[in-house]
Amino acid sequence: MAAVLMGLVVLSLAVGSRALAPGDVVSALFSDRRDAIGVIVHELRVPRTLTALLAGACLGVAGVLMQALTRNPLADPGLLGVNAGAAVGVVVAIAFFGVGTASGYVWFAFAGAAGAALLVNSAARPDRRDDTVGLILAGVALSACLSAIVSIITLADDDTFESFRFWAVGSFERRDPDVALQLLPFAIAGLLLAAVVARGLDQLQLGTDLARSLGVSPAVVTLSAGAAITLLCATATSAAGPLAFIGLLVAHAVRGAVGGSVPMSLPLAAVVGAALTLASDIVGRVIAAPGEVEAGIVAAFLGAPLLLWLILRRSA
Amino acid sequence: MAVTLGIAAIAAVTGLTTGSFHASLGDVASALTGGADGRTSVVVLGMRMPRIIAALLIGAALGLAGAVFQTLARNPLASPDIVGFSAGSATGALIGLTLIAPLAPPAVGAWTGGLLTVVAVMAIARSVGISRERTILAGIALTTLLAAVNDYLLTHAPIDVARNATQWLHGSLAATSAQEVVLLVASLGVLGAVLITVHRDYRALELDDDTARSLGVRTGRVRLVLVIVAALLTGTATAVAGPIGFIALAAPQLARRAMGTSGIPVVGSAITGATVLLVADVIAQRALAPLQIPVGLLTAVVGGAYLFWIVARSRR
Repeated sequence: MAAVLMGLVVLSLAVGSRALAPGDVVSALFSDRRDAIGVIVHELRVPRTLTALLAGACLGVAGVLMQALTRNPLADPGLLGVNAGAAVGVVVAIAFFGVGTASGYVWFAFAGAAGAALLVNSAARPDRRDDTVGLILAGVALSACLSAIVSIITLADDDTFESFRFWAVGSFERRDPDVALQLLPFAIAGLLLAAVVARGLDQLQLGTDLARSLGVSPAVVTLSAGAAITLLCATATSAAGPLAFIGLLVAHAVRGAVGGSVPMSLPLAAVVGAALTLASDIVGRVIAAPGEVEAGIVAAFLGAPLLLWLILRRSA
Repeated sequence: MAVTLGIAAIAAVTGLTTGSFHASLGDVASALTGGADGRTSVVVLGMRMPRIIAALLIGAALGLAGAVFQTLARNPLASPDIVGFSAGSATGALIGLTLIAPLAPPAVGAWTGGLLTVVAVMAIARSVGISRERTILAGIALTTLLAAVNDYLLTHAPIDVARNATQWLHGSLAATSAQEVVLLVASLGVLGAVLITVHRDYRALELDDDTARSLGVRTGRVRLVLVIVAALLTGTATAVAGPIGFIALAAPQLARRAMGTSGIPVVGSAITGATVLLVADVIAQRALAPLQIPVGLLTAVVGGAYLFWIVARSRR
């Protein structure tokens, strides 16, 4: 998996509206070339690649946490509206508070994601095992509402949001070079919290009574997992816009590989999430060349059929 | 219903008199009787009147389509906007607009797309049972897939088509032309006439299928006719205004509650849908003036919140 990820990184640096030879990429990467190739690699492709890796890792881990916490195999940060909540936070920060940097609006994204997570959680009934429909419906309704709010705010403030037109559908194009660096501390915090809470989540899967007898406090685990999900979703959305389906796809891929154990799943989920998001971005750059299809659209083309299949299979 | 009609009248008067060009009630009256000066009559008759008529007709079409689908499925969530018929109509219209014939009216594409989506969802429903929640979920998954297709088609469209199409995809009445009003009147007339001819059988279908059959109703054939009519109504509305969400979901339920009937009132749903869309469009035009909110975004904010509230409450 790590080798696949490395290959994707090189591909991501080379592929685009101006294709570069892998040799040029490597030489530009490890030198201070100021020619066209050096500028493309350092100022466009590297930031874009780093941002995709960061957002993907966050969403992959958030997807696994969310499915474990809700015990719902259809849960996804995008489908349940948490990313849309973070997006509302981001556009409010930019439109009404004039915040222009990722490290500034990520705080607003936390608030938005936390609000959406609390709301959707109020509709969750984790005590009833086969109750996937209501939660997804509540999430879809919440997403529709929040995304429309994002659209209205961005319509109202055209100039500010010119560069965010593509962000709104989940894109890594034209991001500030240092977005990934600004968001890195938040991503690390979220991933660490996820690692800490993973064992507790595993024990919570056994049922609240059994978890309690193992010395786990269900309330503490639920709250910390929720906080980790909020951190990760807000960071990813600040970086890439509200991406749906990455969490869903990663959670199912990882479950197929290592089973249901959360602690075992998380490292793999981070890597698979990063790889999947980067691959979506690369595919989006290739299929519509010289134009681009946003990574969020590519991810939806993969994720929506999976969702459909999961639903139909469960009904059989 | 008298109250509903009163609300619609107030909204229509507000829509006719207010805006960036102020026209008094007397101006409007003289414009309607042909006695106003050129400017007033252009604004009132040429711009505001078609939009109000379009809002009423589209709202009525959506209300009707919602009533038929909800009755057939015996499930309020089986609305064209939730299970993907609106999104499918939009996909068909976009394919027609961007790939086949940019100058052809989008109605043909919207009808085809809507009907194909209905066939797909019916095929799913046949395997899992139409009133089952899984069908609804599958429809939601289909909606997300179609939304991705729509986004993809937009990125491929020429820039001037794309700009119009983006506004249309939000759901907007701003660009409604006189020809589109004619299309609406004609479609609503024909489809309404078909509904009237099967009206008695439709009432029997509100009971269960066995009872309907024992009353001499050929349930399969009536269902087919009703589904086609409702899909074409959705397609017509979508062709003119884009996929406006939540009207078809909410109008039949609001009408049922307002009239205190056990089944879903057909005419009441049409009137309620017309009123709700007209009120929404007037608010969307005036609330944040001079900013014009596409009415579909407003219905998504309000309707999404409403649906979320219903789902969350039903799960307590």
